Amino acid sequence: MKPILEVRDLQVNFDTVDGTVHAVNGVSLDLHQGETLGVVGESGSGKSVSMMSLLRLIPQPPGRIVAGEALFRYGDQEVDLISLKKRPMVSIRGNRIGFIFQDPLSSLNPLMTIGDQIRESIERHTSRRGTEARKRVIELLDQVGIPDPEARYRNYPHQFSGGMRQRVMIAIAIACDPEIVIADEPTTALDVTVQAQIVDLMNRLSEELGIAVIWISHDLGVVAGIADRVAVMYGGTIIETGSVDGLYAHPRHPYTVGLLGALPKLHINEPELVNISGTPPSLFAPPTQCPFEPRCPWAFDRCRAERPPLEPIQSASNETHLSACWYDLENDRPRRRQA
Amino acid sequence: MRLDALETRGLRSPVQRFLKLILRDKAGLFGVVLFAFVILVALLAPTLAPHDPLQQNLRASRQPPAWHEEGSWDHPLGTDNLGRDMLSRIMYGTRVSLTVGFVGVVIASTLGLVLGLLAGYTGGRTDSIIMGITNLFLAVPYLLLVVVVASVLGRSLLNVILIFGFTNAPLFVRITRGEVLRIRQSGYVESAVSLGATRTRILIDHILPNLIGPLLTVATFEMSGMIFYEAGLGFLGLSVPPSIPSWGNMLAAGRQYIQFSPWIATFPGLAIVVTSLSMNLLGDWLRDLLDPKIRRSAS
Amino acid sequence: MQRYLFSRLLQSLLLMVGVLILVFFLVRLTGDPARLMMPRDASPEELEAFREAMGFNEPLHRQFFSYMGGAAVGDFGRSLHYRAPAMRLVLERLPATLELALAAMAFALVFAIPLGIFGGSRPGGVWDTICRGVGLIGQTVPNFWLALMLIVYFSVQLRWFPTFGRDGLRSLVLPAIALGFFPLGKFTRLVRSAVLEVRSEDYIRTAYSKGLLDRRVYSHHIFRNVAVTLVSIVAVQFGYMLGGSIYIESIFAWPGIGRMINEAVQARDFPLVQAIAVFSACFVVVLNLLSDIAYALIDPRIRYEA
Repeated sequence: MKPILEVRDLQVNFDTVDGTVHAVNGVSLDLHQGETLGVVGESGSGKSVSMMSLLRLIPQPPGRIVAGEALFRYGDQEVDLISLKKRPMVSIRGNRIGFIFQDPLSSLNPLMTIGDQIRESIERHTSRRGTEARKRVIELLDQVGIPDPEARYRNYPHQFSGGMRQRVMIAIAIACDPEIVIADEPTTALDVTVQAQIVDLMNRLSEELGIAVIWISHDLGVVAGIADRVAVMYGGTIIETGSVDGLYAHPRHPYTVGLLGALPKLHINEPELVNISGTPPSLFAPPTQCPFEPRCPWAFDRCRAERPPLEPIQSASNETHLSACWYDLENDRPRRRQA
Repeated sequence: MRLDALETRGLRSPVQRFLKLILRDKAGLFGVVLFAFVILVALLAPTLAPHDPLQQNLRASRQPPAWHEEGSWDHPLGTDNLGRDMLSRIMYGTRVSLTVGFVGVVIASTLGLVLGLLAGYTGGRTDSIIMGITNLFLAVPYLLLVVVVASVLGRSLLNVILIFGFTNAPLFVRITRGEVLRIRQSGYVESAVSLGATRTRILIDHILPNLIGPLLTVATFEMSGMIFYEAGLGFLGLSVPPSIPSWGNMLAAGRQYIQFSPWIATFPGLAIVVTSLSMNLLGDWLRDLLDPKIRRSAS
Repeated sequence: MQRYLFSRLLQSLLLMVGVLILVFFLVRLTGDPARLMMPRDASPEELEAFREAMGFNEPLHRQFFSYMGGAAVGDFGRSLHYRAPAMRLVLERLPATLELALAAMAFALVFAIPLGIFGGSRPGGVWDTICRGVGLIGQTVPNFWLALMLIVYFSVQLRWFPTFGRDGLRSLVLPAIALGFFPLGKFTRLVRSAVLEVRSEDYIRTAYSKGLLDRRVYSHHIFRNVAVTLVSIVAVQFGYMLGGSIYIESIFAWPGIGRMINEAVQARDFPLVQAIAVFSACFVVVLNLLSDIAYALIDPRIRYEA
């Protein structure tokens, strides 16, 4: 079966006073129905920008989607989200693809009741109006685990706790039974105990409703608990991707190796990247070499000359484990040039 | 999005960035040039002015500007109701306006700085008294206050300067105090305290440098405001004595002849607009330049 | 909410008391209020009789208490010029000033809101440039000069509007424009920057992520939040207009409080000046209180505060 989302070579630039920032440099990924894909990377790795670009939610200008396509298949339709006209694109947002953001307090309108904020989406995309729309909102509030939904309908965001606000955001995201939900670090702003609840809720909802989830995070530990597959981003590009089990057990990219080495134990929150020395790459330079090269202990001259493509690991048992590195870590030698 | 993180990693040197920021804002540059021009006119008024601004000539009264049919280049901007040369009077008027603006702002900012530091530093009762009075002055309609005080004190340059100096201080008090409180609570001052820095050291090293930006910006706008209000007072006959050529006094005279000799009121008003424009552009520019937060969002 | 309103009310009362004290001392700033209020050529006997009549010979604290006592029941003495109770004169002039101020406010808002919204929603565009221009002109053109120029062009040359007086809607146009020009610039700047700021809020991104159309995002998410900032400054600008009306009402011979204060100052009618000053200041304090209430009604974060 074809993936419901197929992103190919997505490139996004930002025009700033200091020049062009190459924020996303050729991201490609597949998302299959019902699966959860973790997108992991540090600040500035382009993970949020690339995912938001899919729904063209980045501010344009200064943002610019330079190249790429994103085929989205739902029902019997297939559309390219990047080249789609504005009107049909807007009808997909919140309808076929839902979004959850990092900070639920700032992401909810402080002057509008949470009920109205969910209802807005329903009335925009479905034929439900009036009491019917209201009924659906209350059903949703109940579904995301908000007690006493009838009374809570009329509350404002500031009357909710952080976890409850994020549940409201989730209700907004799933309000119209979407095919995909993109969650941008949905637990980062929350307490640890609440984080676990939100992860559980998302796991349950995606399973019950058959929603494919893209879970953006800077935390490999959190992703391990929720995702089926992981894509690791660095310097605006995916440098390694594979199933959670395969990638965590046998990381093939030096950056992932560093990340996992820095992770003392899975499922525990720890500051990431503590023992990778150096700073993330400047994204002002156009991407002509391996972005991780300056910090990579295995770097050699080819890493400076050519950007490594994302290719299947030769020794891997399945075809889904890909890495973008000129060095063959397994055999501890540079990869052989293809003829 | 983490663009803020990206933006700080520019490739250019700080000097290049600074130059680029200055040149990018053409309006600001224009303001600087205009402001310099106004100051130059004030300084060189005796040399530049074609006539004695006080010289009356009733036979040549209410002459229209030179480009008018009945005008002459002897009086490029015409003459007023007493036959005095408009251009010369406007040039000399620049001196009155800038003096009031400069000295007024110096008094207001000094007073505001001292009281604001006192309030922010000591807290407690001193703070509540200073802020109570400050808020009282800020609550009263400003022009009303100025008009009443000016009418009580009578017409003189010194009175006008003192009035603006004192009535504008509350704004500076509020800004200074706010900044002191903000900086005192910020991490780096706390760490400086824990390292044993004295109050004076913290004041000199941390608080004053941070105050310069906001105070300078506000001072520019306030100076423009004072020039505005001085002209307004003059217009009501409450500013400097009528013998001094000031824009406000000229406007007051021009108002009487607005029907048949509109230029008498037009040109001093234009002078106010140009001066005020230069200061507002300068103020905007300073604000953008000194406040990195605004700078980033503007880009 | 009650606690918030109560504390604001208390602050307002304190401010009014402060205003009364301030005005009391302002009039006595030179030390001899009698000399201030009497003609310059008044004889010593006349001055002394005046002092006696006005109670200026009493000890300062006695004067203060009788002043405050009078103020508490709205008695600010009699106008020297009109020979009538000062506060009554002020109240008689109030409707004209309110009419002018409201017209000016309407003029400013009607133009500033759409301008600011168009400008703020497309930064760098044509409307944005117009916005910034209007903002700058509003700040740099003195309203008393603008009033004169409007008269020169629209009354003297085109004869569209009367040069002065309060006589129907046509006579209201020029004074309202002159008085509303500064707020127009101020509001335009404010709305523009508020729109710019709100547009970049996270919840606007959320609104777009829901698939809402621009129209809906603007009407239900951006406007409402911009309105919060606008409400807080409208009252302040109303206070400013009371000051600005001194010029505008004098120039257009508009029979309101502003013209009255100018006349009172010229005639050295200080009981009247005092009454106007206290009234205007208290008026502004009440306005600010009202705007705080409006603010609380719009913003649930304050409304629901315990």
